[in-house]
Amino acid sequence: MKRRAIRSEPLFFERNSRRVRRQGYLLPVLDVPEVTPSEVLPPELIRKPDPHFPDISEMEVVQHFHRLSQLNYAVDEGLYPLGSCTMKYNPRINEEIARLPGFASLHPLQPQSQIQGALRLIWELEESLKAITGMPGATLQPAAGAHGELTGILMIRKALEARGEKREIVLVPDSAHGTNPATATFAGYRAQEIPSADDGTVDLGALDRMMDDTVAALMLTVPNTLGIFEHQILEIADLVHSRGGFIYMDGANLNSFVGRALPGLMGADAMHINLHKTFSTPHGGGGPGAGPVTVSEALLPHLPVPKVQRDDNGFELLWKDPASIGQMRGFYGNFLILVRALTYIWSLGAEGLRSMSDVAVLYANLVRHRLNGAYHLKFDAPSLHEVVFDDSIQTRHEVHNVDIAKRLLDYGFHPPTMSFPLIVHGALMIEPAESVAPDEIEAFCDAMLAIAEEAESDPGLVRSAPHDTPVGRVDEVRAARNLKVTWTPDDEG
Amino acid sequence: MTIPVDLMYARSHEWIKIEGDSVSVGISHYAQDQLGEVVYVELPEVGTAFAVGDELGTLESVKAVSEFLAPVAGEVLEVNTRLEDEPNLVNDDPYGNGWLVKLSGSAEGGEFLDAAGYKEFLEQESA
Repeated sequence: MKRRAIRSEPLFFERNSRRVRRQGYLLPVLDVPEVTPSEVLPPELIRKPDPHFPDISEMEVVQHFHRLSQLNYAVDEGLYPLGSCTMKYNPRINEEIARLPGFASLHPLQPQSQIQGALRLIWELEESLKAITGMPGATLQPAAGAHGELTGILMIRKALEARGEKREIVLVPDSAHGTNPATATFAGYRAQEIPSADDGTVDLGALDRMMDDTVAALMLTVPNTLGIFEHQILEIADLVHSRGGFIYMDGANLNSFVGRALPGLMGADAMHINLHKTFSTPHGGGGPGAGPVTVSEALLPHLPVPKVQRDDNGFELLWKDPASIGQMRGFYGNFLILVRALTYIWSLGAEGLRSMSDVAVLYANLVRHRLNGAYHLKFDAPSLHEVVFDDSIQTRHEVHNVDIAKRLLDYGFHPPTMSFPLIVHGALMIEPAESVAPDEIEAFCDAMLAIAEEAESDPGLVRSAPHDTPVGRVDEVRAARNLKVTWTPDDEG
Repeated sequence: MTIPVDLMYARSHEWIKIEGDSVSVGISHYAQDQLGEVVYVELPEVGTAFAVGDELGTLESVKAVSEFLAPVAGEVLEVNTRLEDEPNLVNDDPYGNGWLVKLSGSAEGGEFLDAAGYKEFLEQESA
């Protein structure tokens, strides 16, 4: 059957006017005396213009949201190669386990004797993450990666205070995620940028010059946002530690080396882990996030409370600990996300997790190999789970990264991350992740190569893309300059 | 790529123009081109003092947020309030109506290139 093309889906408010009145819901018969607003409210609180509530039936509501969902693109639909985001498949078994009544129906204030299973799950996930990172302590409380960063930096601040030191600066490479300097600022430090060397990794000479007794920590993403492993990580960590600083590791790119390398051995003092990246819990609207943090010996005393403790009688929550930074999240974080992550870890097992990372790296290098030459690679050091091209070959034809991204929509793929990291002008940052079939990766590369070809033969076609989507090229500049996020009856017609 | 000869340029792509005791600051044509369409400009408060190299404010484009730096030391005498409603002036007229800030002081203490020197610097940058 032919599907009706969805070209645009009006707002409820827009479909309201000049139609037969309908009702989606019948209110029960009024069983209290009816009053008019003017009898009970001061005049300035009474709305005069018609509020324009839409008249729509229940089925129209269902159809509206169903159509919107069909306009969307999701991991379940195809490759979603957003670099630095690790958009992997969310296995259905995660959902099945998270819906078990023993997890889903818990009350956060239930007596600890009744939630031993839940406490054990927290303990087990902490143990798994400690093993995966090679670090002796963990907290699962933070609600997202950036929240994990803050938790880590606050622990570092606490450790410095315990030494009687007050340092002011946090060093951040120029290739870092924007959350790193934001975290440093939020935790009361001043973020200072370290330049990258020619191969895209940290410039050790610059670090040597900048690392003094005013620097609290270096925040480092490993591998970095170019997908390149910091090959001097041991020298970097030694340098920072020998001058009294700490290493904060941004675990956004952990998916590239699980089972192959241990951040604990690289000298990390704190590291957050984005469960929605490496450990397959949903991104964004699919559920809340979680950004557990693992820590080194030096930060162990400062972990947030409550902590899950195990003794002969079972598990219990420890709420009091004088050296702790305190509580970072209500109760114990986003618990059902932790259930999904542990399900993923246990269903893959150690071998499975290792091949997860191996395949993620293999796929990224397949993309790198196939697209290199058609797209320019500014930093061509070997890379792991993602690869960053730029648009400098295409800009000769006045085709920019945004045009390439929009044209990919016509080929049925979600575009890669654009214009990040900032050290690559016109960046196209591709991270396929391991979960799709190899054919899908090849099809994506075919599309990218076809677009490179079009950029030469018919640049106008690429510049005006997308052509086959329900909504065409959006005027982002106008949208940003004239921000308008509400609908009013004046917009009608 | 226009580079007016009556201005001086910092390596961080700001231009300055000295008029008596006041130093006008803006960003170069090259800088606005690299940024892309500016959608929001954050300016400092009048009266605030800055040292050379301090962050004066930020320029937000569709692609990224970039800071612009104080090319000279001084106090903010005036800011270009037109940019609140017309941030596009930074793109359309970077050396004229798209000026950002006027500082008190002189070019002393800052490092500047003349138009020819800045042109050469840009050629090295893009090489």
